[in-house]
Amino acid sequence: MTTIPKRHNRERRLGSGSIPPWWFAAPAMLLFAFVVLIPSARGIYYAFTDWDGLSPDFSWVGFGNFTDMVGDPNARQAVWHTLVLAVAITIIQNGFGLLLALGVNTMIKSRNVLRVLLFAPAVITPIVTAYLWRNLLGPDGAVNSLLGAVGLESWRQDWLGDPQLALWAIVGVIVWQFAGYSMVIFLAGLQSVPREIYEAAAIDGTGPVRRFWWVVRPLLAPAFTINLMLSIIGGIKLFDQVYALTGGGPGHATDTISTLIYKDAFTLGEFGYSIALAVVLTIIVAVASTSQYFVLSRNERAAS
Amino acid sequence: MNRYRWRTFVLELVMIAVALVVAFPVYVLVNLAIRPTSDTSSPIRPTTSPTLDNLTQAWQEGGLGGALANSVLVTTASVLIVLAVSSLAAYPLARATARWSRGMFLLILLGLILPFQLAALPLYQTMRDLGLLGSVWALVLFYAGLQVPFTTFLYVGFMRALPRDFEDAALIDGCRPLEVFRYVVFPMLKPITVTALVLNAIAVWNDFFTPLLYLSGSDQQTVPVALAGFVGQFVSDWNLIFAALVISVVPILAVYFALQRSIINGFAGGLKG
Repeated sequence: MTTIPKRHNRERRLGSGSIPPWWFAAPAMLLFAFVVLIPSARGIYYAFTDWDGLSPDFSWVGFGNFTDMVGDPNARQAVWHTLVLAVAITIIQNGFGLLLALGVNTMIKSRNVLRVLLFAPAVITPIVTAYLWRNLLGPDGAVNSLLGAVGLESWRQDWLGDPQLALWAIVGVIVWQFAGYSMVIFLAGLQSVPREIYEAAAIDGTGPVRRFWWVVRPLLAPAFTINLMLSIIGGIKLFDQVYALTGGGPGHATDTISTLIYKDAFTLGEFGYSIALAVVLTIIVAVASTSQYFVLSRNERAAS
Repeated sequence: MNRYRWRTFVLELVMIAVALVVAFPVYVLVNLAIRPTSDTSSPIRPTTSPTLDNLTQAWQEGGLGGALANSVLVTTASVLIVLAVSSLAAYPLARATARWSRGMFLLILLGLILPFQLAALPLYQTMRDLGLLGSVWALVLFYAGLQVPFTTFLYVGFMRALPRDFEDAALIDGCRPLEVFRYVVFPMLKPITVTALVLNAIAVWNDFFTPLLYLSGSDQQTVPVALAGFVGQFVSDWNLIFAALVISVVPILAVYFALQRSIINGFAGGLKG
């Protein structure tokens, strides 16, 4: 007697009833729309105007801001700096991160302590590490003192004051802070490599380098995808560290798209132009992340 | 390969040397923060007369107490909100296959790509019109929305790999969908909730650009903004600046070393995908 209503209940529930109602997503989507979607859409609109951020009236200038950008050496330089930073950070940070992960993923006794220590910089506020390094890299800073102490007097530099070096000094600071982050993700990938596979290759007499290339590397493909995506997008959007280390200087030698957006909007009052720069930034991020996603996921499939 | 050989020992030494190089800036940070301003010797020489004067002065003059309180408030409130709304949103997005659900998920993916610089300026105008500039609640609202795409994305990925049997059983027993979520689904999400908590808390606590925009000119500050103001005020008094940096770093590192296992696993686990 009791089974009949139960079965009825079950059929009703498992039909459309087992799918959670759409309004569960409403609070999140409303917040997301208010903070990201609607302002972004308005941003794209403002990019085609000469709005100064304050006055209620502004006019449509079509692609004016974008053609101005082509003729603006600061903007062209900022795009170039952004790309150099993103590519250099991605290659160097992940190179170090991978080496650290391989080193920590061995029998060494200090491996657990090292993992915790090497990752620690990644949780420190970037603006704090940037101010710290601004002093360390100064003419009388600790880096030059250290070079002097080990007899490399001639290597001493004004790291952040030299337009040729400043961009690379920023790369160095970012790599110092986030190589441990890449390491942790590679390490998670390495630990998913089954021990037996590795040992089988070792017994077959495969050397460590070939073992890495043919056995470990393909299994690390997902870790590569995540690390490369994170560092290239992070590198393109970079603001805090550049702002605190050099403020875009000396001159405009380290201005990135993000620092230029900030300066144009808040010191020059050129909101329209500034948002046009943000649109360019968006396009670069979108192209980089989607193309990377497709290339790397194809490699992942090929590897699996 | 499981034995500790001389090559392993060499590797051990190399790795420890690398760790010392990585730790070197932190040593200089502490060394300068605790030495008297009169000491102008090389920054790499350990100080002979350590003092806490810089730390007390930085604490008194930097407004760091209020900034720390604001940072704790903003981080806690916004992370709790974003975890609640995103996990709830992920439930239908992971389970339903209807067009509205796929459409919303595409918007979430779009949100992962959009750099916040695009939305920052128009949103600044909206916040100004609403009279929210200079309020920490504007920041809570901002982060709660900004972190939705990333957090929802993590939850949806995790939830799709979960079996549906428990939910179905609870529904058969007559639970309402909200109860199913609260008592059955959400507890199963614990691993990804830890990951989302760690990643969001670090992102919100460390953010500088947004509070620089939305709090500038007010007496409300978060830690990164207070530090930037402090550096602007004490331009070249690096002992004092380093003392302020030490004060701001201690809480983060204390939490990190206390919870290092969950934090590192949180970073690696959720991102392994």
